[in-house]
Amino acid sequence: MAQLFRRRFNSIARSGILVLILLLLGSGWLLHAVYWSPYTTRETVPLEQPVPFSHKHHVYGLGIDCRFCHTSVENSAFAGLPPTEICMTCHSQIWKDAPMLSPVRESLAAGLALRWNRVTDTPDFVFFNHSIHINKGIGCATCHGQMDRMPLTWQSHNLYMKWCLDCHRAPEKYIRPRSEVFNLNWTATNQLSLGRKLVVEYQVHTEQLTDCSMCHR
Amino acid sequence: MNASSPEKLWRSLAELANPLEFRASRHAEFNSGDSEPHKVNRRDFLRLMGASLALAGLPACTRQPIERIVPYVKQPEELVPGNPLFYATSMTWRGFATGLVVESHEGHPTKIEGNPDHPASRGATNVFHQASLLDLYDPDRSQGITGNGEPDTWENFVSVLSDKLDSQGAKKGAGLRILTETITSPTLLNQLQLLLKKYPEATWHQFEPVNRDCVIEGSRMAFGEMVETHYYFDRANIIVSLDADFLYGHPNSIRYARDFSARRRAPQPGAEMNRLYVGESSPSVTGTNADHRLPICAGEIDGLTRALAQRVGVDAVSEHIGLPPDQQEWVGALAVDLLENRGASIVVAGENQPSAVHALVHAINHTLGNAGQTVTYAETAEAQAINQNESLRSLVRALKINAVDILVTLGGNPVFTAPPDFGFAEYLPKVKLSVHLSADVNETSKLCNWHIPLNHYLESWGDARSFDGTASIVQPLILPLYGGKSAHEILDAMILAPGRGDYEIVREFWDMKSNGDELKWRRALHDGLFEGTSASSKKVTLQAINLPPLNQRLAEPALEITFRPDPTIFDGRFANNGWLQELPKPVTKLAWDNAALISPNLAARKQLENGDIVEIGHEGRRLRLPVWITPGQPDRSVALHLGNGRRTVGNVGRRAGFDVNILRNSEAWWFADGVEIRKTGAKYQLVTTQTQHVIDSEDRQIFREGTLTAFQNDPEFVRKNSESPAASNTLFQPQEYHYDGYRWGMSIDLTACIGCNACILACQSENNIPVVGKDQVARGRVMHWIRLDTYFSGSAANPEMKHQPVPCMQCENAPCELVCPVGATLHDKEGLNLQVYNRCVGTRYCSNNCPYKVRRFNFYQYADYETPSLKPMWNPNVTVRSRGVMEKCTYCIQRISMARINSEEQNRKISDGELKTACQQVCPAQAIVFGDIGNPDSKVSKLKRHKLSFSMLGELNTRPRTTYLAKLRNPNPKMSA
Repeated sequence: MAQLFRRRFNSIARSGILVLILLLLGSGWLLHAVYWSPYTTRETVPLEQPVPFSHKHHVYGLGIDCRFCHTSVENSAFAGLPPTEICMTCHSQIWKDAPMLSPVRESLAAGLALRWNRVTDTPDFVFFNHSIHINKGIGCATCHGQMDRMPLTWQSHNLYMKWCLDCHRAPEKYIRPRSEVFNLNWTATNQLSLGRKLVVEYQVHTEQLTDCSMCHR
Repeated sequence: MNASSPEKLWRSLAELANPLEFRASRHAEFNSGDSEPHKVNRRDFLRLMGASLALAGLPACTRQPIERIVPYVKQPEELVPGNPLFYATSMTWRGFATGLVVESHEGHPTKIEGNPDHPASRGATNVFHQASLLDLYDPDRSQGITGNGEPDTWENFVSVLSDKLDSQGAKKGAGLRILTETITSPTLLNQLQLLLKKYPEATWHQFEPVNRDCVIEGSRMAFGEMVETHYYFDRANIIVSLDADFLYGHPNSIRYARDFSARRRAPQPGAEMNRLYVGESSPSVTGTNADHRLPICAGEIDGLTRALAQRVGVDAVSEHIGLPPDQQEWVGALAVDLLENRGASIVVAGENQPSAVHALVHAINHTLGNAGQTVTYAETAEAQAINQNESLRSLVRALKINAVDILVTLGGNPVFTAPPDFGFAEYLPKVKLSVHLSADVNETSKLCNWHIPLNHYLESWGDARSFDGTASIVQPLILPLYGGKSAHEILDAMILAPGRGDYEIVREFWDMKSNGDELKWRRALHDGLFEGTSASSKKVTLQAINLPPLNQRLAEPALEITFRPDPTIFDGRFANNGWLQELPKPVTKLAWDNAALISPNLAARKQLENGDIVEIGHEGRRLRLPVWITPGQPDRSVALHLGNGRRTVGNVGRRAGFDVNILRNSEAWWFADGVEIRKTGAKYQLVTTQTQHVIDSEDRQIFREGTLTAFQNDPEFVRKNSESPAASNTLFQPQEYHYDGYRWGMSIDLTACIGCNACILACQSENNIPVVGKDQVARGRVMHWIRLDTYFSGSAANPEMKHQPVPCMQCENAPCELVCPVGATLHDKEGLNLQVYNRCVGTRYCSNNCPYKVRRFNFYQYADYETPSLKPMWNPNVTVRSRGVMEKCTYCIQRISMARINSEEQNRKISDGELKTACQQVCPAQAIVFGDIGNPDSKVSKLKRHKLSFSMLGELNTRPRTTYLAKLRNPNPKMSA
């Protein structure tokens, strides 16, 4: 009886195993790549907004402080998005006929709120609180990045739990003096030694920061 | 009862009869079959698991949807987005106001608390106040005006009404009738007076099915006028309740519960305690707290009161009263106790007792010198205290002879609740123009020409008086969701069309009272009440009481039926409230239904089991409903709860319960003798939580108790019997956790707890706990994070009853944590036993391993994610849990987080008492204390050092953070138990 498989099937089978392994590895890599890619995390992807608001122009160009618009950032979980009235404080005087700003004017005239797309969005089971971070010396730029260089607004980090824990495990790597929290361009000369000092000074309870109950409830 | 050999406790009659069989069932987490799929073989199992795995993986492939942020156009000045605001308001219940402080998130009311400055609340509420939040968001609420069944407008309504009223002008309003519920609102009274001035021949009627006619008539009988009786339970040593549920059903019960427990809370050796005697016709919350409880038919209380009056020296009773021996002995000992405590005792008569009993009780309080000491009298807070049954009777009489052209019904549901012998529903359609203001389309709305949606109290301006007369402001927190109207607005449109908004009306009235003092109004708005408006006490003189001849009970086979408001849905107005329908009723723990409560002896005699449908016949009318065998129910009395069995009601109340009102009549309003009961052979499924989540106790003393005397003789008696293993005697690593910061703990005082259920609903509201429905409750899947266990001891005929609230124990050595395969339940650095919902995969190992059975599993998608009107009700600081996730109490961790953040931002520690859990805050008896046990001076630390403090199942060495203070009773040493 003739052989069912000819001799060259040996090499085909061998390379088949190799292909299978490569395929598995490849799909694993693909899953991993998709999971960490901006497609999933929305990192660095600007979102479409009703008005193409430029942080670069308002912050870098005009030097407006974060808190002028995000009024509740120091005393609430939510940083606050400016009510239409705040936009119109200036824009009733300047660029008051710009077509780009017509949704803002309509909002005030009709009393209908603007509907912005949320750029930095943690899942619903995460309870992030702005005020305590500001209070303990975490700068805006630490999480939101160089906002003053964003013509359109995007998310600066992937916001995965790993990223949160990076700081919660070692806040000294990121903490800064309270006076520099709103300074988007501040950098420490020796972050670690300053950080260790500030963690003590600001009474950051590092042992507690990785408790699940810090963010999930 | 002997302190050293504790009495056997039992949870249900089945357990009392057959403890061994029952014990076996306790070992199961769920009733058999309730957590296993039916008839599954290995292949089906694998198929199911494979599908589950595949499906579980798929949802992970979706990207997080983009959310919208919608800022204000003009942001309100005082509002900081993300931070709640709190407003003072008040809710009326039975007509009387209770001050509330309501939490609002961006304009949505999310949680109701008591107003600490309000005399009727002192920071606490009852279950109805808590559940009223759900009424606001109820999707079944009436959503528009209808005229003859068709959608219509307010303008049309006002013009129709004005036309009709104009034609009344000549008759001076002789054809105009207003029907309200009990009114205490000063503004509404003023409006009614204005209306009656304009139409002098018009009549204002009042009717509520749970009314105080007997109280009013009794006061007239004793004093010649209606005066309100105020009790000071904190000053009394001896308290006697004659079918009075003053701790739960009384309009001032929240205050009374606080005063009553003031003399019971955390007793020290050497301290004195009050003693409560209760004679009652069905076990009530008050009765469960009695030191001596006497089951007695409602119709026999008259005789008992006369005998008691005679013993304490009231001269109105001259004839000899023959009592059965048990009552004779009870009254004898009671009278001695009362006479020894002259001026320091209180006798209270129930609202269901005839006026003669009330008059006699007034006389007893006077004779004992209590009047002016523990009992005072004052002007009533009611706008007009009248006999409401007579008021409705006269209205129906006018309806019969076509004398009513316009009937405006402001609230209430008289078609469902009026005495059937009046025939109100029959004659109502004869009115030419009938108007019904009501929150939902109910039985009465169906028979009226016009239906106007009534605004919820959180949507409208108003005022009302609390029981002590304090004028309280009803302040809205949200604009009317469905464009409803308030009673003020309808009356204003009747006085002068087109009428104004309720703010103008209320504001004008108070400006008139205070000469436009803006500051006074602002202060009242902030405080929720007008300072110094309580009624001052009044001097009364006791008149000679002419007692009617004593009614004799009918001979033996005849039974008595008693009617009482339902402990959860009250008179039916809360029938569509899922929180209240699902709340296990005190003692029976029935949910979603009412039943005829019968005694174990009667059940044996008639061969009835729980759920057997009986036919109750009284004066030719018949009612079929299931029975529930209730320990402590008098043998010859059957208790029926009003309010269920609504015919026109929303989706929640539709299939719940049986309408017992059809057996009621105006002559026998609260109880009737000469009733027959017949077994029909049919069955009905009643669900109770009493036999669920039962801890396998055997001889473990889960519930510890004793008498005050035993405690005084041996203050260590609670701890003596407990075996507490050494901290090191464990497989856990005791050194694993170091607590440098706060260590949260709780102490629950079983002596103070009255068993009112308020903690369950407060927790439900605070923690977004879903309603699961009757079918799921029957399967043991009720979701309440804190439950109220009721234990019995002694005979089934008259057991002692005791309550034990059971939240999560937050064990130091938590058995649940070890078995979680994904680390979804673990310790935090403050000692809390966390539950991380986003990690939980639903193995339920933790629940299986929890000796306290406090974990709750979402078998289905119980939380309603869809209904738009329910979304704004959720507490935004708590996850709304999904299907397949375990959940449990975490000591209101969102409140802890908030307090921690606030204190750290202010560079201070959280001070003792600053942070309260929802169950603690609502408790009228202040039985729950929560705080930092790491701070030796905190209130909770002190309570944990109390001699009565014990851990439930402490011998397991779970080291629970929640501990209890053992229950003490104060029985009369001269009486047998």
